[in-house]
Parts: sequence; structure tokens; C-alpha cells
Amino acid sequence: MAELTYREAVRGALREEMLRDQRVILMGESITGYGGSYAVTKGLVEEFGPKRVMETPIAEAGIVGFAVGAAMGGLRPVAELMTVNFALLALDQIVNSAAKFHYMFGGQWSVPLVVRTVSGFGQLGPTHSQTFEGWFASVPGLKVVMPATPADAKGLLLAAIRDPDPVIFIEHSLLYSTKGQVPDDDGLEVPIGRAAVVREGDDITLVSYSRMLLQALHAAEVLEREDGVSCEVIDLRTLRPLDYPTMVRSVGRTHRLVVCGEDWRTGGFGASLLSELQDRSFDDLDAPIARVAMRDIPLPYSRRLEQVLIPGSQQIVDAVRRMS
Amino acid sequence: MPTNPKTNRTGSRPTSRRAVARQLPHGLTAQQCREMYHKMVQIRHFEDHAAEAYAQAKVGGFLHLYIGEEAVAVGAIAAAREDDHILGHYRDHGYALARGCDVQACMAELFGRETGICHGRGGSMHLADAKRHFWGGHAIVGSHIPIGAGMAYAMQYLEEPLVVLDFFGDGATGNGIFHEGLNMAALWNLPVVFICENNLYGMGATLAEESPVSDMMIKAEGYTMPAVQCDGMDVLSVYGAVQQAAEHCRSGKGPFFVEALTYRFRGHSMADPELYRDKEEVRRWRELDPIPRFGDFLVQHRISSQQELAQVNEEAEAEMLEAVRFADASPWPDPSTAARGVYANPIDPEAAQEALTLAADPAPAAS
Repeated sequence: MAELTYREAVRGALREEMLRDQRVILMGESITGYGGSYAVTKGLVEEFGPKRVMETPIAEAGIVGFAVGAAMGGLRPVAELMTVNFALLALDQIVNSAAKFHYMFGGQWSVPLVVRTVSGFGQLGPTHSQTFEGWFASVPGLKVVMPATPADAKGLLLAAIRDPDPVIFIEHSLLYSTKGQVPDDDGLEVPIGRAAVVREGDDITLVSYSRMLLQALHAAEVLEREDGVSCEVIDLRTLRPLDYPTMVRSVGRTHRLVVCGEDWRTGGFGASLLSELQDRSFDDLDAPIARVAMRDIPLPYSRRLEQVLIPGSQQIVDAVRRMS
Repeated sequence: MPTNPKTNRTGSRPTSRRAVARQLPHGLTAQQCREMYHKMVQIRHFEDHAAEAYAQAKVGGFLHLYIGEEAVAVGAIAAAREDDHILGHYRDHGYALARGCDVQACMAELFGRETGICHGRGGSMHLADAKRHFWGGHAIVGSHIPIGAGMAYAMQYLEEPLVVLDFFGDGATGNGIFHEGLNMAALWNLPVVFICENNLYGMGATLAEESPVSDMMIKAEGYTMPAVQCDGMDVLSVYGAVQQAAEHCRSGKGPFFVEALTYRFRGHSMADPELYRDKEEVRRWRELDPIPRFGDFLVQHRISSQQELAQVNEEAEAEMLEAVRFADASPWPDPSTAARGVYANPIDPEAAQEALTLAADPAPAAS
């Protein structure tokens, strides 16, 4: 094991897989000399050269379309979209090209493509502070991964690059500098489609992913200490395909559930998750499923406003206390 | 005063086939010429039968006919290597047939049957045949332009001497994705031939309504891409242009833009009442029909006789009747297979959990 930051873990996965597989190429905006907007790809162009680490024009739809074509031509492209907000410009290529080809053309070929992008906020204003994982997760044909820890970031990215299907890999800007133990073994995958029970508990289940995992873990500590409530914390890790069995099994023991996300309350990822779980676990539930989510407001610039709108551990604690 | 913008802008359309040298142009053989004629006739008959089947509600959704534009797909694809890659837009039957895809499987796809070339999952707008390097029918206008550039990059990267032919219409040039794709192809010197079928209309919008320039090849200039215009109603003209373009690409000189001036004789789709163009214009273009025009060439050059051409037509008609019979008699996809192929590597968390449980708790030995 080695202690790495989330950023180093992502970079490590890219580097290891590029060493292992000559077909892997990276492409994105300012990912070479600049090193990437969040410095993830720093040093890679020096090591692998500009044919494998491609500086692209600022053209998100073109980048993803190009990557789809490169994948069809036999390469394993990893396209970086600077933030998930800019991924909107590439939605057509993600939804109508990458996600459709295998099915629509009768299984004749697949699109082994990874789109790496970033959610997050930090006084960036309404156009740069959004979460769209629910949109991607609603599309059959895509796999959607959203790791919370350095170990998962590395292992899931390796799995994503090796997967024959298009994978949307969403990192979180506020996690890049977090640290964690990462296995040393080269090429060790974390399987796509498997949630992790990160903390065991008996009284209530907190389902979370990405940055909200850290908030849920903090909330669980507070609730244990102050209220004597034992929380089980699940990290979804993959949002599509979604590991319902792990959640159903947990709720079967705890009988209470809070779904925690940074997504908007209306139509967000947590909304469909909640709907499915109340269907699957209705008989096990002792209380309505609670949800912590972003209020239906564009996230404003001002620190004072941002602070009260971003969901965090306090909202989770409040939600649990309201249920008891 | 002609209202036809094409007359104004080209001015140099060959008026007589007698002007063509006795030797066949572009190094073509007589057999290649006969093959091109055959392909154009096949497409024409395929489209006529598709239209008829649509009227009988055997084909659903949107149906876009390639009638009138046959010379573009046939001339271009004949000028490429058999394993060069092809991507096209939603008016895609011509590419499939020109590349030699199975006619019955194409018809069955239109009928939505399991025997269809995409097992009835794609339909008319999404034909594809990977083993023949025909990578689809793409129905979001312009979306396949950067995809073609990406495939060309893969060819360059893997040092495969293959070229990509990427077909789209004049309407696509107004879309941002067109410019993103051309920009990247030129920036990275990629072996892709962009073939713009300028048929004067973006669905119901006239060229004047959708573009500040009437010659689409001008749009390649900003990307320093060499470009030629060819007569899209003349299969030899298209062949020559794409031959030149493909050679350019294959020799590592980067992308090339070919504009084919063409016209669809039928509406945009079967639902089109054609209120935006007058019948006189359509009539004048029909006089340029690429099939009889090339037929005349074959007869004049003693490549085929009139009887042989008539026979090609009869055989194509019989082939398409048989394709319709095949499609009609083919099974529907089994509803239990609807979810098949959403993923190349389906991951089922439920099954994974069961497997984990079994592994952790092996079944007790039989007592």
C-alpha cells in the first residue's frame, strides 16, 4: 500500500494502463503543457509523447466524437472534458453516438471509450458548479462511475479503460487533494457495478457517492457520538449499473435509509434511486426514505450563499434526526 | 432566367459525352464501369421498392430516398479501396449498396426484422456492416464528421494505409460539429475524405437560407484543406474527384474535401410535400439523371449494349422483388431479446451479488 492523493491515483491509473496497452491514448483541453486543468495529466506528455497525449482544440463535442471514432478504429481513448459543465456540449456524442452504437448496429462493434470529467464547486458561479451524473446514469448503454477514494479512483479507472463499453468517469474537484491508501499491485481493478459498505451500522443506512461519502462518514461519526445512532454507510462507486442488492440488504437490517447526493432535488440521480428502492424495499422500511440533495437553485457565486446551499454532513445529520 | 443555382455557379458542366476521350477516364476498366452502372441501378430499384413498402406500412418511421444521388455514393466508394472506411448520414441506403452490403439484409432492416443487417435495431437511417467497413448511417446531422476524423487518427496511429470516406450534406455545414471535425482533421493531418453532397436543400431550407456561400468547398479553405467540386450527377466526375482525394490522403498529405453537386429527385422523406421547391426545378434536374446518362456513356464507348443495360435493370428489379419477399417472410425480433446488446460487457450487480454469496457460503455437501 502507498498513500496517494486522489489526483495521483487517477494519474497512476492512466500511466499504468498506457504502459500496459499501446492502444490507450489521452485527449483533452490543455492536458499537455498545462498538465490539465486539475493537473491530473501532468508529466504524461513528456513520458508518452504527443501522439498518445493529445492536446485538443476547445471543442467538447468534437473531442468525444473523435474519441468515439478512434475507439471504433481500434484504439482505447480516454477523453478528458475539463468539467462536467462543459460535457453538456458533448452530450450528443455521448448519448447518441457512444451509448447507442453497440445496440443500434446490432452488436457489430462496441465503443471502448472513457470520458473523464469533473464535478464540483468552489465559488465558480452557476455555469461551473453543477452535477449531471443523473443525466448520464439515465442513459442505457453508458456506464457511469463516480469514485470517492484514491483506491477506487485508480481501480475503477483501470476497469473503465479495459471495459469494451463507454464509461463516464466523474471525478470531484474537491477530492483531488484528499489522500488514501492505494494498493501497490500494478493493474489491480475495482469492479464496475459493485457498491462498498464503507462503515457498518445497525440503525440507519446512508447511501452516498463521490464527495458525499466523506460527508456521510462525518455525519455517521457525529450521530454515533451525539445520538448513539449507528449508521451504515454505503459508497455506490458506480451509478450505472447500480448495485441495488447491497442497498436492499442493508436496508433489510437497518429499516431506514437516507440517500445523499449533490444533485438537484428535482430529477436528480437520487430521485430515481429513491423511487427504485422504495419499490424494492418497501416492506423493510420503517420510515419514508429521506433525501439530502441540492435545492433547485443554480449555485451562486457568493461564498455566503454557496455555503448554505451545498449539501454536507449537517444536512445528513438533520435528515437522520428528523426520521428518529 | 434559370432559377437553378447550380447552372449559375458551375457553368462548366460537360455538355456532351463525345468530348470525353476514347480511353476511359481515371484509369477505369470497362468492367469497373459496368459494375458502377449496376450499383446505381440496384440503388434506384431498392429505393423504389422501399418507397412502395413504406406506402404499404411495411416500413415505418422515417424513410429518406437516395434517388437522384446514386452517382455520388457509387462513384466515391468505387474510387476507394474495399477496406477503406465509410461513414454516412441518414440517407444511407446508397452507401450500403455501393459497398456491397447484402441487399436482403438491408431490406429486412427497413422492415424491422431479425434478419436485418442490424437485426431491426437501427432501421433505415442506421444501416451498418462492420465487416465491410461501413460504419453507419448516422442520423444526428454532422455527428459522424469528427467520428470519421477519429477513425482516420486510429488508422494513422496504427499505421494502416486506410482512408476514411465521410459523407454528409450541405445542411451539415451549418452545424458546429462540422467545423470541429474539419478543424481536428486538418490540425492533425488525418487521412479522411470529407464528401459533401450538396443537393441544394437542408431538409426544407434552401441553400440560400442556410448558408452564406453556395459552394460548400469554400468552407474547407479556412482549414487549409484542399477541395474540389465535382458533378454529382456524373459518376465519372465523382470517381475522379474521390480518386484524387483518396490518393492525397493515403500519401500522408492530410484531409481532402470533395463537394458533389447533386439533387434528390424525391422529397426529404416520405412525409415531405415539397412546398419549398418548384416542379420545374425538379424536372430540369431529372434530365440530368445519372443512370441513363452513364448508360449512354457505356453504350457510346461500347462497354455495354442497350440490351445489356436493360438486362441489368431487369435483374435488379428481380433482385429487389426477392429482397422484399425475403424481408416480408422474415421473423420479427423475439421480444425476449429486446435488451440484448445494450452493452458489449453487461454487468449485472444482482448476478454478481448472487455469485459472491455462493462463493462465501458454498452449498453443503449432500448428506
